[in-house]
Amino acid sequence: MLSSPLATEIVNGLFFSLVGGLIYGLYFSLIGLGLNLIFGVMRIVNLAHGDFLMLGAFAAYFAFEFLSASPIVSALFVFALFALLAFPLYYALVPRLLTARDPEMLSIILFFGLSQVIQALATISFGTSEHSIPGRALAVGPMAILGQSFPKTWVISAGVSAVAVVGIYLYLYRTRIGYLTRAVMVHREEAVSTGIDVHRVSAIAFGIGLGLAAVAGVFAPFMLNVITPAMGVDVTITSFTVIVIGSLGNPLGTVLGGILYGVSYMVMQRYLSSWANLLPYLVLIAVLLVRPSGLLGRQVRRA
Amino acid sequence: MPRLLRHVLAVLVPVIAVLAALPAVYSNHLLLFNFVVFMGLAQGVNVIYGFTGYLPFGYVGFFGTGAYGFSLMVMHLHAPPLAALAVAGAAAMMLGLLLTPLFRLSGAYFSIANLAAALAVLQVVSNPALEPITGGPYGVSLSGVYAPDFAYATALAILAATLLLVIYLRNSRFGLALQAIREDAISAAMAGIDVVRARIIAWLLSALIAGLMGGVFAWYVSVFYADTAFQGEFTIFAIVFALFGGTATVLGPILGVVILYGIYNTIGITAPQYFQLIYGCLIMGLVLFLPNGLTSLLRRRGIDVP
Repeated sequence: MLSSPLATEIVNGLFFSLVGGLIYGLYFSLIGLGLNLIFGVMRIVNLAHGDFLMLGAFAAYFAFEFLSASPIVSALFVFALFALLAFPLYYALVPRLLTARDPEMLSIILFFGLSQVIQALATISFGTSEHSIPGRALAVGPMAILGQSFPKTWVISAGVSAVAVVGIYLYLYRTRIGYLTRAVMVHREEAVSTGIDVHRVSAIAFGIGLGLAAVAGVFAPFMLNVITPAMGVDVTITSFTVIVIGSLGNPLGTVLGGILYGVSYMVMQRYLSSWANLLPYLVLIAVLLVRPSGLLGRQVRRA
Repeated sequence: MPRLLRHVLAVLVPVIAVLAALPAVYSNHLLLFNFVVFMGLAQGVNVIYGFTGYLPFGYVGFFGTGAYGFSLMVMHLHAPPLAALAVAGAAAMMLGLLLTPLFRLSGAYFSIANLAAALAVLQVVSNPALEPITGGPYGVSLSGVYAPDFAYATALAILAATLLLVIYLRNSRFGLALQAIREDAISAAMAGIDVVRARIIAWLLSALIAGLMGGVFAWYVSVFYADTAFQGEFTIFAIVFALFGGTATVLGPILGVVILYGIYNTIGITAPQYFQLIYGCLIMGLVLFLPNGLTSLLRRRGIDVP
């Protein structure tokens, strides 16, 4: 059977989709990582996540246009920039929000408002047209992995994503501040009562979350093709799908979610392309109903 | 005079009377129609979010389902508009029934799953593979039943029924039970409230309101794309309007629509980015400084707001 051309074609296509899905999946993990960290630590839903990613993408675009900066350099720069900008934003919004009756629900609306503000400012400053960074800014040509050929830009983006994931792991499990962060994630009130400065820990996590969103944005022109001020909404939905599949509030579960999402997306693209856009939503609902806490989650469901 | 009757006289009658009289003196009928639709949707969000605390982030799914329920009946079965409207409401309630398992989720999980459900329905309806049935991405055209004045009157009737429902919830044991569930579901269950049943009734009523409004929207505009009937703005606007005025009241969502949708129509059309900016700031300010809405300013002073 396998010797027939058709079967070879199918096996090859499936193999391509699997490896490609793995590469894309790593990038999707990076997209979801920051959102999940913020939800995990603060229990607030950053609906403006995709818009921060968009800002990171535009920062990289202008850095390349005017300074010919390599996206790798831009990534380091925007991470630092967004992490710093996150501090005043955190102290302006979050402590006040957390005093409300139902912060989780209200955060959805608050950050929707922020998302509108960012989108409006971006549209006013950058216009509505589509932008892109040429692939040669990052790397030229294809690269062979396991006998399949992929653009080098994909591989580098996936590599950066892997570095970011490892970085988050080290932060959470190998540093003192990460230890405190995990304490806040497990039980906020108890963390307060043991004397942890919850707002400082949260502000750092918020900064890292926004920084990661911006880094994901730097590679968006290569992975998501074009960037526009209005791209944030779709990115936010995709991020939610990824982190809900993994587990809401568990940053490392995001990797599993990202890879599962990436692989199934690539397979659907290849064999059922007209329905591929339906996939994220159905997967999201199915996973939520079967395991509301995500594939790697503990039982955290209430009432 | 019982409070229920007082609320009907103080809110329902004037609102409907003004909206019924306006078309004679104001020529932009589409705008008036949109006001009616948003008042209905804001009250629909009020029923589910204000009274039970579940934020329906995919509320537009019911609206779009209603619009398509109406359109399919008219296009394929040549049903008369009012019969098609009944199907629109029923279709939205069916979707609501289908989504009841989402109530196993809480907080943000529910909202996100609801959003995903709405987007999934949109993807199905607008799929090119279903073009012979739904028109796919090319939308629907219902010029055969086009009758804007009749549609406007019907929308007003739906709004009147919706207001009556919210007034009932505001003044009845059932409405109180819903609010008790919102505050603490376990204590409410201990007090003898059938939590699951009450939530599902509120959810289906909320779906019905959006479905009927969606059906009458399809009837009024008669030519639209799937993306129009399912656009996220319907959800967002309805939620923000309801919150701005104050949820779990009758008057709050009405005030929200009149003020915010009024502002939108004065500056939103000519300079959309600047409107978006102001709107975003307004939403953030609202959540941070007035999370219980405009009417809470009055309630804090001990004034009973309908």
